[in-house]
Amino acid sequence: MAITTTIVPTAGPVAGSRSFLSRLREGDEIARMITFLFAASVVLVTVLLVFELWQGSVLARHKFGFNFFHTSVWDPIFEQFGALPFIYGTLVTAAVALLIAVPLGIGAAIFLAELAPARVSDTLEFFIDLLAAVPSVIYGVLGVFIIVPLMRQYVHPALKHSLGFLPLFQGPAYGVGFLTAGIVLAIMVIPYIISVSREVLLSVPRDQREAALSLGATRWESTWKVVVPFARAGIFGSIFLALARALGETMAVTMVIGNTPTISASLLSPGYSIAAVIANEFTEATGELHTQSLIELGLVLFILTFLLNGFARLLIVATSKRGSGARA
Amino acid sequence: MSLRLRWRKFVSGFMLTMTGVCALVAVSVLFLILGYLAIHGGASVNWNFFTKLPVPVGETGGGMANAILGSAKMLLLATLFGVPIGFFGAIYLAEFSGSTTAFFVRYAADLLNGVPSIVIGIFAYSLVVHPFRQYSTLAGGFALGLMMIPITLRSTEEFLRGVPNPLREAAMALGASKWKTIATVIVPAAYRGILTAILLAFARVAGETAPLLFTALGNQFWSPGWTHPTASLPVMIYTYALAPYDDWHRQAWAAGLVLLVLILVINIVARAILSRGIAVPRS
Repeated sequence: MAITTTIVPTAGPVAGSRSFLSRLREGDEIARMITFLFAASVVLVTVLLVFELWQGSVLARHKFGFNFFHTSVWDPIFEQFGALPFIYGTLVTAAVALLIAVPLGIGAAIFLAELAPARVSDTLEFFIDLLAAVPSVIYGVLGVFIIVPLMRQYVHPALKHSLGFLPLFQGPAYGVGFLTAGIVLAIMVIPYIISVSREVLLSVPRDQREAALSLGATRWESTWKVVVPFARAGIFGSIFLALARALGETMAVTMVIGNTPTISASLLSPGYSIAAVIANEFTEATGELHTQSLIELGLVLFILTFLLNGFARLLIVATSKRGSGARA
Repeated sequence: MSLRLRWRKFVSGFMLTMTGVCALVAVSVLFLILGYLAIHGGASVNWNFFTKLPVPVGETGGGMANAILGSAKMLLLATLFGVPIGFFGAIYLAEFSGSTTAFFVRYAADLLNGVPSIVIGIFAYSLVVHPFRQYSTLAGGFALGLMMIPITLRSTEEFLRGVPNPLREAAMALGASKWKTIATVIVPAAYRGILTAILLAFARVAGETAPLLFTALGNQFWSPGWTHPTASLPVMIYTYALAPYDDWHRQAWAAGLVLLVLILVINIVARAILSRGIAVPRS
C-alpha cells in the first residue's frame, strides 16, 4: 500500500526537437500511439463502467425515483423495491466499524510514527501491510466460525445485561447482526487507517515536535497538541478512505450480518447491507426490474465510494504537501 | 516536582503506552488469523485437497482441485488482460503524455481502484455474461483483470518516474530513439519496482470473491472450458463456510489457509524483491 500513496515528481519527458518524420522513422511515434491506446483504454473502461451502471438501472430509476431511497418494501414478487433497509444497514455497520477502528488505528499510527524506533516501526508496518492483503472472504470465515459464536454466547448477553436499558442493545442474541458486521469491518479497515495515518504523521516536519518539546510540553502533549493537529486533514483522509472501504465491503459483511432486511435501533438485530443484497440476489433475480434495482444499488455504492475516495485523496495530498513544503 | 507536572507526565506515559497497546492489538490480529486458520485448516490440507474433486454431501474426503485450477485459469486471464494495459499505459503516462491526458488517465485509474469489488462484478456481468447468456471463466478473468489495471498502472508509473533523468538523457545522447531508450534503459532500471507492482496486484485479486459470484459462478466439477462456469477457491470458501455441513466447514478452513498462505507469500516475495533482498535473474 505504501507504494501507491506517494508520487515522486520528476521532470517530464525529455523534450525532442526532431521532426515528426524522423520520430516516425525511428518508431517513436508508433510506440507513442501504441502506449496511448493502452492508456486510453483505461479511461474507456471506466467510462463504460459508469455508463453500464447508469444504463442498467434506467427502468428502476424511472419507476421508483426517490422512493427507492426511503421506502423499505423489497418484494421481488410484486416488483416493489425500496432500498432503505439496505442503505440503513450499510451506514450503521460502517459507523460501528469507524467507532472502533478510528481510535485504535490512530493510536497505533501514533505509536508507529512517533514512538517506535524506525526498525520496529518498519517491521510492524510490514505486518500491517500483510494484514491489509488478507482477502475479505477469510475475514468472513473467521467471522462466521469465531466471532459470531463469541458474540452469541458472551458479548450479546453481557451487553444486554449491563446496557440493556438502551434501545441499542435489545432483542434476542442471534450472534449475527449490525454489531458483529461492524466489528468485522473494523478489523478489516484498521490497516488502511494505520498505513495512511502513519505516513501523514511521518511527513510532519521535525521542528514542529522540537518546538513543542522545547517549550516544556511532554512527549504526549507535543504529539497530541502539535503533531496530530498538523496532520489532521490527512488523518481525516485516511478515515474517509476506510469509510469507503467499509461501505463497499461485500463478502465478510454478507457472511455475518444476518441477511434480514430490518431497520432496527438495536445493534444486536440482524440486518442487511447494499453489497450483501447484491451478492445474494443478483444471480437469482427474478425479473428485469429486480436486476435493475440491484444495479441501481450498485450505482449508489459506486457514487458513495467515488465521492469519499475523491475527498480522501484531496485531504491526504494536501497534508503531505503541507508537510514537505514546510520542511524545505 | 509539582503535582501538575507529575500529572502531565503520568498522562503522557499512560497515553503513549495506550498507543503501543493499539499497535500491538492491530498487529496481533494477523497472527490470530494465521493461528486460527492453521489450527482449524492445517489438518485438512493434504494431498487429496489438491488433487481430488469435491465429493457429494455426506461423503467425507474429497478436495478442491477444480477450484484451484479454476482460480489459476482466471488469474492467468486477469494477468494477461490487466498487466499489459497497466504496464503500457504507465509507460505512456511516464514517458509520452502531456499533463491533460495524464490527468484523465490517472483520474480514471484512481476511480477504478476505488470501485467496490461487487460493482466490478456487476459491470463484468453486464458486459460479458449478459450478452452471451453464459457465466464463464472468461467473465471471471475479465473482472479480476479489471481490478489489476489501476494497481499495476499507478505503481508502474511511479517507478518509471523514479528513474533518474540523466539515464534518459545519456541514452538519447548516444543516439538511441525514445522507444529504444524506454525498452533498453528505463524499463530495465525500474524492473524491480514494476515486478513488485504486478505481484501485489496479482495477490490482491487472487483473494477476490465478490466479482466472481456472478461472473464465474461456481462449479462442483471440472469446468468444461473457458466459456463455462468454473469453481474458484474464494467462492468455494464462501459457499462451504455458509453450508450447514461440518465436513464442508473443515474444507473451507483448509482452503482459507491455502489461499492466505499463497497471498502472504506473494506479498512477502514482492516486498523482498523491492528491498533487494532477493536476487532476480535478469535476461
